[in-house]
Amino acid sequence: MSVDVAWAIEWVRRSAQTVAEHRDELVELDRQIGDGDHGENLDRGFRAVVTKLDALEEQPAQIGDVLKLVATTLMSTVGGAAGPLYGTAYLRAAKATAAAELDSAGVVALIEAALDGIVARGKATTGEKTMVDAWSPAAEAAVAAADGGGSPADVLAAAAQAAARGAESTIPIAATKGRASYLGERSVGHLDPGARSTQLLLAEAAAAAGA
Amino acid sequence: MSAEAGSTSSRDVARVALVLVSHSRDLAAGAAELAGQMAPGVLLLPVGGLPDGQLGTDFDGIERAFATATADGRSAVVVMDLGSAVLTAESVLDLADEELAARVRLADAPFVEGAVAAAVTAHGGAGLDSVLAAAEGAGRMYAGPDGDGEAEPGAGAPGDAPAEPPADDGVVRETRTLLNPMGLHARPAAVIARMLAAYDAKVTVNGVSAASVLALMKLGATQGTELRIEGEGPQAAEAVRVFTTEVERGFGEI
Repeated sequence: MSVDVAWAIEWVRRSAQTVAEHRDELVELDRQIGDGDHGENLDRGFRAVVTKLDALEEQPAQIGDVLKLVATTLMSTVGGAAGPLYGTAYLRAAKATAAAELDSAGVVALIEAALDGIVARGKATTGEKTMVDAWSPAAEAAVAAADGGGSPADVLAAAAQAAARGAESTIPIAATKGRASYLGERSVGHLDPGARSTQLLLAEAAAAAGA
Repeated sequence: MSAEAGSTSSRDVARVALVLVSHSRDLAAGAAELAGQMAPGVLLLPVGGLPDGQLGTDFDGIERAFATATADGRSAVVVMDLGSAVLTAESVLDLADEELAARVRLADAPFVEGAVAAAVTAHGGAGLDSVLAAAEGAGRMYAGPDGDGEAEPGAGAPGDAPAEPPADDGVVRETRTLLNPMGLHARPAAVIARMLAAYDAKVTVNGVSAASVLALMKLGATQGTELRIEGEGPQAAEAVRVFTTEVERGFGEI
């Protein structure tokens, strides 16, 4: 399946579904090391995104249009740090995807822009037990897959697999950014909820492309 | 909760408004109430919690507050509490039009102390940069006894004689005993800071800036404390005179 506007819409719908399915898990992860609102907030945000998507009278012309709708809706409905972080990620990704269809380099640009947005907004780097620990390896894997001649779907699959490994890698880390940093060493042994939701969202990006 | 115009004195509503962004509706409202008590002429816009009252940060609410704060030619300083309040305020600013964004500053400041310091400074008619500096300076109050950075070098040396007006160094010095039973608490501290904002003079009390409510409060001056008041600048004599008069009348509390 090509990575086009229909893919973007499918990705968003699948994202809403997976967030709803994992809502309680995300709440629990966040309760362990944060303020316990990540699952509920993201679920509310993505539900609002789907409502807006349903209300569209015609399919957007560009992938960026879909991602921009996600960005602005998440920012105004999530209500926690995930709102501005994912909001900025989708917004930057939207700017990088003013096209009806993406080739492999375009998919890389989307993921790198999202990572840049999260880093710019959260001022986090890898190893601080945040969603950057999932996004950063995802971007690296996307570059490698594209350089190796992979299709757009292959690039998404590589990114999703790397995000999953990246999320796992947050477990032994003591948080130094975000709400979990108030816990310091006590955050060791817990999966970061933001990295986990990143893993879920990127898995659906790959699945929507049939990868 | 917004303490708009006309609630006090002959002053105009301050040129700089404050937006107080918190995860909690009560916390934002409480900070606005506290700051408003000391700065009734400042437009204070609390944005706390989600629209349904839950804990969280309200993007649309912040957007509206920025618009209100910067209306009528005002500029605005924003004080925020934890993480997502900061991230959301930054995001709103990123998406705002440049003309509005240019008149809004996000303060890297402790929520309550920053709000109070900024409000009192804004009430004195200060501009955007001064109000921002007051908010951010409030954080340094915790750096330790000498960490406020506002004490004049050499000021407050023990044994200063209570000399009468201008000494050779151009400094106006007076000493008065604090009469207020409750000491130099928030209200009189705010009275001092506000009153002195009207004068072109740099005034210190026992070595700390009399323009800073927090510095004054931190003196911990109780009833009977000797206050060494020193003023420098073109209007130092007038500033020190109104100050000593207020001390003598117990800031209207006795």
